[in-house]
Amino acid sequence: MKHIDEYRRPDSIKGLVAKINEISTKPATIMEVCGTHTVSISKNGLRQLLPRTISLISGPGCPVCVTGGSDIDTAIAYAQQKDVILATFGDMMKVPGSYQSLGDAKASGADVQVVYSTLDALDLAVKNPDKKVIFYGVGFETTAPTVALSILEAKRRGLKNYFVYSVHKVVPPAVAALISLGELKLDGFLCPGHVSAIIGSRPYEFIARDHGIPCVIAGFEPADILMAIYLIVKQVEESSPKVEIAYGRGVKEEGSQRALEVMDKVFETAPGDWRGIGVIDGTALAIRGEYGDFDITKVMSVEVPEAREIKGCECGEILRGVKLPFECKLFGKACTPRNPVGPCMVSSEGSCAAYYRYEGMGILNDG
Amino acid sequence: MCLAVPGKITQIKELDIAEVEVNGVKMEIGLHLIGGAKAGDYVLVHAGYAISIVDEESAKETQEFLKEIEELEASLKLAFSDETHR
Amino acid sequence: MVKAKDDFINLGHGSGGKLSAELLGEVFLPAFKNTILNHLDDSAVFEHHDGKLAFTTDTYVIDPIFFKGGDIGRLAVCGTVNDLAMSGATPKYLSVAFLIESGFPIKDLERIVASMAEAAHEAGVKIVTGDTKVVEAGSADKIFINTAGVGFIDEGINISSSQAKVKDLVIVSGSIGDHGISIMSEREGLHFETDIASDCAPLGGLVKKMLAASKNIKVLRDPTRGGVATVLSEIAAKSNVGICLEEANIPIKDQVKGACELLGLDPLYVANEGKLLAIVPKSDAKAVLEAMRTTIEGRDAAIIGEVVETPKKKVFMRTPFGTARLIDLLVGEQLPRIC
Repeated sequence: MKHIDEYRRPDSIKGLVAKINEISTKPATIMEVCGTHTVSISKNGLRQLLPRTISLISGPGCPVCVTGGSDIDTAIAYAQQKDVILATFGDMMKVPGSYQSLGDAKASGADVQVVYSTLDALDLAVKNPDKKVIFYGVGFETTAPTVALSILEAKRRGLKNYFVYSVHKVVPPAVAALISLGELKLDGFLCPGHVSAIIGSRPYEFIARDHGIPCVIAGFEPADILMAIYLIVKQVEESSPKVEIAYGRGVKEEGSQRALEVMDKVFETAPGDWRGIGVIDGTALAIRGEYGDFDITKVMSVEVPEAREIKGCECGEILRGVKLPFECKLFGKACTPRNPVGPCMVSSEGSCAAYYRYEGMGILNDG
Repeated sequence: MCLAVPGKITQIKELDIAEVEVNGVKMEIGLHLIGGAKAGDYVLVHAGYAISIVDEESAKETQEFLKEIEELEASLKLAFSDETHR
Repeated sequence: MVKAKDDFINLGHGSGGKLSAELLGEVFLPAFKNTILNHLDDSAVFEHHDGKLAFTTDTYVIDPIFFKGGDIGRLAVCGTVNDLAMSGATPKYLSVAFLIESGFPIKDLERIVASMAEAAHEAGVKIVTGDTKVVEAGSADKIFINTAGVGFIDEGINISSSQAKVKDLVIVSGSIGDHGISIMSEREGLHFETDIASDCAPLGGLVKKMLAASKNIKVLRDPTRGGVATVLSEIAAKSNVGICLEEANIPIKDQVKGACELLGLDPLYVANEGKLLAIVPKSDAKAVLEAMRTTIEGRDAAIIGEVVETPKKKVFMRTPFGTARLIDLLVGEQLPRIC
């Protein structure tokens, strides 16, 4: 596959590892903000290749994981209304709310449909004129423009039965919040490649400038990630924190103007509730008043059962990077992918799921 | 947090809709979020939309960097047998 | 042909009365006819030699019912034939029971039945008994099919998931993930196109060739739902061993790789309907592999891993970078994802 296979060559990987080994002397804790990075690191076993000076910890970049339980409860309540089709990405189906998941709601009769794209959700609305199609939109800046666009498209086509339940979030202010919590001493951020394709590299500049932490935007193939780690280690060794792009084929400094405009046209920022972190100002994307006709929270009210805390679950600490998945008391015991307690174990890119699935509680590192 | 896969635009179908190919798999995607894509370009596809045009120039630079590293690694291997890293 | 007014299945077709008889006489019998079925007694009666019998059943529901490379009928025959073959049996006789939603087009039923007859012919089995029930529209989704099957096991053959031993080799009969990706490409709401057809095929012939090459084959499994990863995890658990796969050796078609990248799926967990996994002593692996490669179903067979001492009850995979990752059981259905 062009633009994929070139970054999976074993010789490149070996060479990059050698380069990192060569320059790394100071211990460095690097947070991969993005869940897709977590998965790629686990799946490719990259941790096994890095010198002991470097530790990688996962951050809050799994949109499924940071979605509050009550948001899922609300989506389920919408799905259970008469004449409603709730469309969403496959990622959301198995995530537990306070009482059940969307998958459970579907099994007990709610019309929940998995789509790959908001284009498919719009099609559903066209094909089912007597139903209200609600798109449950979850994701960061990469996904939010596609959802904003679906609202503009629905308006252009005069669709009266397409609605969005938006729990979209934005990344940089959440990283800022994480830093200001002061729980962690971080030496570098591996910044999300595809979020950055939209927002560019500038929104991270405050991290390097004000906090002195290196930031490198990375692609998702193993060589991409190691290249970015190499650049972070280099910055650490040289004590020259800055923002660099190690994913130039996908990310421009200025991001994507067109996507940012679409997003800005439809959404405005609002306080966002992050599982494990709490409410952070300016991190949620709410639908602007002028598109209120498409905002299901303005059009339909539902009764949502009171949210329930999950006992003993340490997803919050894990999402903040304060604890590693292995350090949660439930990990691998009460909480496994088969019987997930918290969202980090459910989501395909949740850090607990990635650690459990691919790295198996350290079994493989012993040998 | 976001999967996106490089696909080659094989055909612009109508305004803002294109067919892309990923390893022989065809998919219709939206071009609404990017400007100026044409047939033959690679784009990053996320959730049914192109989110950016792959910058071939930059990709080439990265590949050259990786090639250099590979060659360096190969020469080190020759010099120090195959015990280059743990 | 069933009369025009009955272009669609109605409740009468399941009543046991005249319409049922018409359906039997005009749709099922002409397609499935054989000396045992033709008696139309309450039970099929057949001879068998001394020795062990294998007996299995499975029920088939699939959306869409017609897909590239097969349909629910072919699936229902191949699935049960393959379950018999995986116990080392020569598949012989099948029963088939249809559960049909009222309003189902009879021409679709005829198409399914013709495809079952063809698959049975390929597999060398006879459909010797059957049943049809019709339920009200809305009480079932189009058509469900149950098949049960009987096969004979030759002396000296002993195959079971608990017999994998350290140093045995793991063989797969061909490229993985074809069926699952083909089905997914035809589901509504997922707009991608591939040339990949379902691999749905009877594997009795392949197994026969393999057993002729070595009677020491320890384990045979068809990696259907849950894919290769799930089946190997089960074998590792039952045999109390570890299984180590070599990522670079696993045959996967380009388009399956592409679709998996796009949809965020792992081909190791995608379903197959015409593939098998075999665990074979190292000494016999070459002979078995060569025998497999002489068949259509096994021409892309490859050795993909070996049985190891530890970690017990776990499957792991060596990546081309010299690292390893664990392969866990599939939890629930794999869904396309965007993150």
